Amino acid sequence: MNVAGNPEAPLYGLAAEFDSAAELFEAAQKIRGAGYRCFDVYSPFPIHGMDQAVGAKPSTLGKFIFVGGLAGFLTAVGLQFIPTSIIYPLIVMGKPTNFYTVPAFFPIMFELTVLFASFTAFFGLLMMNGLPRWHHPIFNWERFKRVSDDKFFAVIESRDPRFAANEAEALLTELGGTNLTLVHED
Amino acid sequence: MSDLLTKPVDEAEVTAQREVERAPLVLKDRTMGWIANYVSSIVEDKTPLWWWAAVAVTGSLVGLLLFCITYLVSTGIGVWGNNHPVGWAWDITNFVFWIGIGHAGTLISAILFITRQKWRTSINRAAEAMTLFAVICAAIYPGLHVGRAWMAWFLAPVPNSNGIWQNFRSPLLWDVFAVSTYFTVSVLFWYTGLIPDLATLRDRAKTKARKFWYGLLALGWRGGNRQWKHYEIAYLLLAGISTPLVLSVHSVVSFDFATSILPGWHTTIFPPYFVAGAIFGGFAMVLTILLPARAIYKPLGDLITVPHVDKMCKIIVLTGSIVGYSYIMELFMAWYSANPFERAAFWYRATGPYWWAYACMILCNVIVPQFFWVKAIRTNLLLVWILVQFPNVGMWFERFVIIATSLTRDFTPSAWGMFHPTWVDVCMFAGSLGLFGFLFLIFIRFLPMICMFEVKAVLPEADPHLKKEEAP
Repeated sequence: MNVAGNPEAPLYGLAAEFDSAAELFEAAQKIRGAGYRCFDVYSPFPIHGMDQAVGAKPSTLGKFIFVGGLAGFLTAVGLQFIPTSIIYPLIVMGKPTNFYTVPAFFPIMFELTVLFASFTAFFGLLMMNGLPRWHHPIFNWERFKRVSDDKFFAVIESRDPRFAANEAEALLTELGGTNLTLVHED
Repeated sequence: MSDLLTKPVDEAEVTAQREVERAPLVLKDRTMGWIANYVSSIVEDKTPLWWWAAVAVTGSLVGLLLFCITYLVSTGIGVWGNNHPVGWAWDITNFVFWIGIGHAGTLISAILFITRQKWRTSINRAAEAMTLFAVICAAIYPGLHVGRAWMAWFLAPVPNSNGIWQNFRSPLLWDVFAVSTYFTVSVLFWYTGLIPDLATLRDRAKTKARKFWYGLLALGWRGGNRQWKHYEIAYLLLAGISTPLVLSVHSVVSFDFATSILPGWHTTIFPPYFVAGAIFGGFAMVLTILLPARAIYKPLGDLITVPHVDKMCKIIVLTGSIVGYSYIMELFMAWYSANPFERAAFWYRATGPYWWAYACMILCNVIVPQFFWVKAIRTNLLLVWILVQFPNVGMWFERFVIIATSLTRDFTPSAWGMFHPTWVDVCMFAGSLGLFGFLFLIFIRFLPMICMFEVKAVLPEADPHLKKEEAP
């Protein structure tokens, strides 16, 4: 078995390479079937149905984006009505400055809802994925660079309570994984 | 119907299956490896000579733009041809023109994404980049039109130095919010789409500088399912919230005109009419830029195929016809309103001293796109490129006609006047075209022009349920 990273450093996990999305999909189902919980599958593009295959819970990002959008909406309400109705009532064309003229305030409410929701989507995505980060143990493995090209990888992590290098090796080999490598931290 | 019922079941099924089968999105059975290799090679290979030549031309135009801006800011906006009564002229025409062009990118990336139009994958990156550059070009004009550019911060929702707040019920302030939100959201959306592709460039990088910069920009993306899970939701929701945003931006731009009381501006059909026009002009610009790129990088023809161009031409003929309908409807409403000022404004538009601009607009936006009903024309790329220049020109004239002709005739004849552009107007417009081209050239040199990971995902072998024996 190959070794990547610093062999003295703690073990990150056992990684294997696969050739196609279909093989990876099947492997993901079987790894989960074998009782592992701390593993991940890596692919050049999102694979349809993979969340079910690895038993991942649906992303909760959508809820945060909703809250972000709501915050944007409330910001716009405050930003417009506090100056216009309270701090600096500006009478335009003899129209009242209170809530009766709300349609004229809709465009900015809409824009800020979208703006805040988008910021939440982007920064929420980064936070939930633990990004940005300079380095990750998996980058110690040279072959892993092909994950962004045309190869597929599965990694069973050493923090899984069921993890034992020889058992994981047997499973990944049986599933058709190649270039099995013990990836260490550095 | 009766004949469908009498048909044997299996035969009907076969016909149905044949109909469901679609033309492949990627030709020549290109593999994932090929896509990553080829698209990255555009960025990684030695800089071609034509690129330097094009940068020299567009770069000089950018220099011209910077010179004009310096001259304008140091002298005052009187160096433009704007006058009384034509207070809005080429500056606002150019602003609306550029903002309009910026609509195709987000339309392709957002609306076509949530309607599951998979053909968008090979054109969305370049179209979104175009959106950003067009909005940058657009933002120059109102920023300078405020007169004292150093006081442009008055647009921000904070009280100015006299403690005066903005009028939040003014469409001009809505515009500030709409355009800045559109730009920000487009940047976020574009960058989110770029992250996995930047990781590809990072992983392929050989030099230290490339490793550093692409490594920095890729943010440490690994492509694990744990990451893709959040990524897909973020991308879907960004698309979902961008969809009404695209439709709102040009609607808000049209409110600048529609909420005024000026005949020729004060019409309720402006928002949908402007949005259709923006999509029309935007797609024309996408084709204007992508067809030469495809001609220079020949293998891209396997990703941006003739059916892609065909579909974009169909969108052009659809939106062009909506625009044509709006022109006719505007005339009808002017007549039907029985308002003498309204009637006079439109009569002046079509027959007054600016009749040639009006005729040019009708020819370019309504008549010429009708050629795209013919499939042979839609699939002849050279002809398509020539024909889409008409919408590019026509949409500029549309904005000029709306803005200039409505303003030249004030309510009292004593206040009538014509608009004549000065050299600063002309040079700034040329400069903004140069800036647009310049930014696009920088983009294709340093970032992947095609969204690699999305194109890989529409290949047949991306299907996780594909059986081994079926694999090509």
